[in-house]
Order: sequence, then structure tokens, then C-alpha cells
Amino acid sequence: MTTASDKPYLKLDHVGKSFTRAGVTSEVLKDVSLTIDRNEFVSIIGHSGCGKSTLLNLVAGLTQVSTGAVLLEEREVNSPGPDRAVVFQNHSLLPWLSVYANVRLGVDKVFGSKKTRAERHDWTMHNLELVQMAHAKDKRPSEISGGMKQRVGIARALAMEPKVLLLDEPFGALDALTRAHLQDSLMQIHASLGNTVIMITHDVDEAVLLSDRIVMMTNGPSARIGEVLTVELPRPRKRLEMAAHPTYLKARESVLRFLYERHRFVEAA
Amino acid sequence: MGLALLKSEASAQAAAASAKPAAAAAVVAFAAPRRSVSNRFRPVLRWVGFNVVPPLVTLAVMLLVWQILCDRPGATLPAPSVIWKEARDLIVSPFFDLGSQDIGLGWRVLVSLQRVAIGFGLAAVAGILMGSLIGQSEWAMRGLDPIFQVLRTVPPLAWLPIALAAFRDSQPSAIFVIFITAIWPIIINTAVGIRNIPQDYRNVAAVLRLNSFEFFWTIMLPSAAPYIFTGLRIGVGLSWLAIVAAEMLTGGVGIGFFIWDAWNSSRLPDIIVALAYIGLVGFALDRLVGALGSLVTRGASAS
Ligand SMILES: Nc1ncnc2c1ncn2[C@@H]1O[C@H](COP(=O)(O)OP(=O)(O)OP(=O)(O)O)[C@@H](O)[C@H]1O
Ligand SMILES: [Mg+2]
Repeated sequence: MTTASDKPYLKLDHVGKSFTRAGVTSEVLKDVSLTIDRNEFVSIIGHSGCGKSTLLNLVAGLTQVSTGAVLLEEREVNSPGPDRAVVFQNHSLLPWLSVYANVRLGVDKVFGSKKTRAERHDWTMHNLELVQMAHAKDKRPSEISGGMKQRVGIARALAMEPKVLLLDEPFGALDALTRAHLQDSLMQIHASLGNTVIMITHDVDEAVLLSDRIVMMTNGPSARIGEVLTVELPRPRKRLEMAAHPTYLKARESVLRFLYERHRFVEAA
Repeated sequence: MGLALLKSEASAQAAAASAKPAAAAAVVAFAAPRRSVSNRFRPVLRWVGFNVVPPLVTLAVMLLVWQILCDRPGATLPAPSVIWKEARDLIVSPFFDLGSQDIGLGWRVLVSLQRVAIGFGLAAVAGILMGSLIGQSEWAMRGLDPIFQVLRTVPPLAWLPIALAAFRDSQPSAIFVIFITAIWPIIINTAVGIRNIPQDYRNVAAVLRLNSFEFFWTIMLPSAAPYIFTGLRIGVGLSWLAIVAAEMLTGGVGIGFFIWDAWNSSRLPDIIVALAYIGLVGFALDRLVGALGSLVTRGASAS
């Protein structure tokens, strides 16, 4: 938005992905094209199994595209790296490391040569404070709640100062209250740091509340982008005010319409 | 002694308000005479009552039965009382030293332990490294696993002639036998542990761009640690089995050779005392590796 719009920040260019297993090839994604601007918050929503995680893994570089290309700042993405940090659905913290050490691992790796030891410590603590987890820095992941683990996962990703933050259903496994709390935190962080974010979600309210744009995927196999909805809500957005905002309600309705009227979930035969 | 213990237990049981299991009741009997024991020692006494008293009682009963069975003329094996009479020096003072072959069993055990430490240490390092390499590669796993499964069943003693032929010296041969006996379970378990590293951790490593050395230290070893320690625990047990067998043939001052020597001069009581030593040390080794394992893998299991 702020940068020149003729040079897209992140670009998915006719991306397709097929998996071959035991000689049978199945096409999961077909001809997905999307450009995302710097600082933009984009949600991807779609029914289970349509290929959302696959799409995110392609951007992360964890899997390779079959056709087309993913371009970040006009350079092709073909391997994973800390410039595209991922917050995994199941937190994926290393259970044998403390909360602090989990975040510090990424900090040391990314800033090992650029920051001094003390600076890396401060940066780790800063990011833990950002997600309000500094108090539990010496705990093991098994000693903290699911919501706290997800916070640490976010801190670990943020601490790498990624160009793009990739979130795969980050709050999917949490209860509604914790989820609302973390959504607010994420909104604040996005407002103050201005990250570029791609978030996968199942939750329509979450998508509308957080996103600048919502990418709606059709059902697989060979899923495509069905529709892209721009959410014209002013920021900062307040959960309670939004609940009755006409734009919010309209956006919510059109996503629901897409998901449950035009692309109803059909059990794979 | 066994009878006395049983009797005191019975009276304690009567005294206890609720008829708890024998172990709990015995605690009362032990604690009763020492009225000044502060509350701080209660948990310790409880622990002793649960973990030390039952085996002691069982042991006493077994010794009693043994004594009754073997304490008659014509018995082929010595009774406990005979062993106590004839091998008393070996039992009460493990660390006497009266010249080249007349030393306490403690010294002999230490010599054997030293061999085991070298052989097992080498096996641990080599086994973990090989297991890590093999676990990384599908092909290596499929090719080597059946071979290892066959080699691991070869008894320790069967390696000895080959080792003696190769090294032409007894000391390295004994160590080699320990090494080759202990290494298979370590390799196999490490490889399985490496293969079972969750894809999530591999993804984390990929996003962080860990190099293979960092991956080995920060992801592979901790993630596979429970498996590795299972292998190490089996391995240390096997090496202790192997040392006794190997020393019987290679000589020296180890505990294994002592048994062979005692057999040749028909000192059965000495052999039985040595068996007890071997069993206790083997038990201690097993527990040591087990404790080390739970210390290292503490909290490492996925939540
Ligand atoms: N490595 C793989 N090999 C073969 N098929 C795969 C692989 N990964 C994913 N798929 C297939 O791709 C399809 C999409 O999977 P994906 O995990 O991307 O769905 P999703 O939209 O993230 O679902 P959910 O919302 O349940 O997480 C599924 O049918 C799945 O079976
Ligand atoms: Mg998914």
C-alpha cells in the first residue's frame, strides 16, 4: 500500500501443486495467482482439505511448486528460510528447550553475526514481552497452556524479523476466550510492527476482524482462489464496535455465503 | 535374622491401626524405637519402607530356604552359612590387597568396569554416530537393518576368537568383544529415534536454516534421546554380560577371570560371592544409565 504498487511484494504466479503417491498423481492446487503488498494482512479461508496448508507451505518453501512460481521481492522462493517465518498450527515448540531458548534459537540463527550477545538477549526478551510471555521464560513448553505455547510460537516467528509472517490456523486449537485475546494481541503487533501477514483460518469472524483482504478458496481437488474480499474497515479495529458495524456484517455475510452457499463442503467421494 | 525380621513385622502389624500392606507396617516398626525422629525424616523412612524393606525380607526368606536345602551332608552346593565361613574376607572387605592375585573383589570389579567403560564408551559414541547416519537415509536403513539384526544375535563369546586373531593380545580383544556386543542395540535404537523425529521439528529446522551440525545437536540428539538411552541401557547390560565371558578366556585380574580361577581350584563359595558382586554391579550400571536417561530426557517428551 505504501510501496510502489507496480512492484508486488509477494507474488504467487499461476501456482499449481500436485502430489504423486504410489504412482497416483493428485492435483491439490491449480493456477493460484495472488499478489500481496507490504504490510498487508491477508487471510486464507476455505473448507478442510482444500489445500490451504499446502499453499502456505509453498510460500514458506517447505514444499516445492509443481507449476508457476512464488516470488518474494521479485526473487523466486524455492527453499525455506527465516525471512518467511511460520507459526505452525500445533505450535511446534521444541519440548526440550525452555520458552526463552526456543525463541533465542531463532534469534541466534538470524542475528548471530549482526547483534552482540547482550543485544540478542534483549531482542529475545523484547519479543517475549511483546506476546506477554516474559514471565514464563524459563518454563518448558509442557509446563504452559496451549494459548501460551501459541504466543511463544508467535514470538519465535516475530523475533526472526521475517519479511512475511505465515500463520497456519494459529488459534485453531484454542478456546474462544483465549482465541479472542490472542487475536487482539496479533492485531496490536501488526499495527505497531507493520508485518506482512498471511494467515490461514477456519473462523469467519477471525478473518473479517483481522484482515485487509480475505482469500476464499474453492473446494479441492484442484482448488483455486474463488473470490477475494477486501475488508474496508478502519483500523484500529475494536472487537465490540465491529460486532455491529455494517461493513463488518456485510463482509461476514459474503464470506459465509461463499463458504456455505456457493462452495458447500462436499465429502470427498 | 530372617525370622526376627518377620516377627517384628507381625507385631508392628498388630500395632498399626489399619492393616496396611506389610511394607507400610514395617515402617512403623522401624520408626517406633527412635522417637526423636523429626518429621523431616518421615518421607525418607517411607521410601525405605517401600523400596528397601520388601527386597530385604524376600532375600532373607530365600537365604533361609537355601540354608535348609543345602545344610545337610552330601549337598552339592554350599549353604549360605558355609559361604559366610569360607569366603568371609571376600564379603566383608572388598578392597584388601595382599599381592598380585590375592586382592578384594572390589578391585577386580573396578578392573572389569574400566574395560567396560572403554568398550562401552566407544560403542556409545560409534553407535550414536552410525545410528544417526543410518536413520537419515531410507536406503541405508533398509540395507543395513537386516544385517544388524543378524549380527546382534551373535553371542559375545563367538566374537572372541576373531578378536584374538585380529589383535593378538587379550586386553584389546576383551574391549573389542564388549564394543561389538554393545553397539548393535545402540545403533538400531538411535536410527529408529532419528526416523521418528516429528516432521514439525524438521520444518522448524528448515525455516531456521540450521546446518547439519546444528540440526544434529539441537534437534536430532534431544528428539531421539529417549530412544538412544533405551539403546544405551540395553548396551550396558550386554557389555557387562560380555566382560565376564571375555575375561574368563583372556585372563587378567577382572572379576570374570576370578570366577574361572575359583572354579579351577574348586572354591565354590568364592564363585557365589563373585556372582553376587556381578549381579549388584550390573544392576547398578543399569540403574545408572536409566537415571542418566531420565535426567537428560526430562521434559523432552512432546507435550
Ligand atoms: N505430502 C503430501 N502428499 C500427498 N498428499 C498431500 C500431501 N500434503 C497434503 N496432501 C493432500 O493435499 C490436500 C490438501 O491438504 P492441506 O493440508 O493443504 O489441506 P488444508 O486446507 O490445510 O486442510 P485443513 O483445513 O484440514 O488443515 C489433502 O487432500 C491432502 O491429502
Ligand atoms: Mg491445514
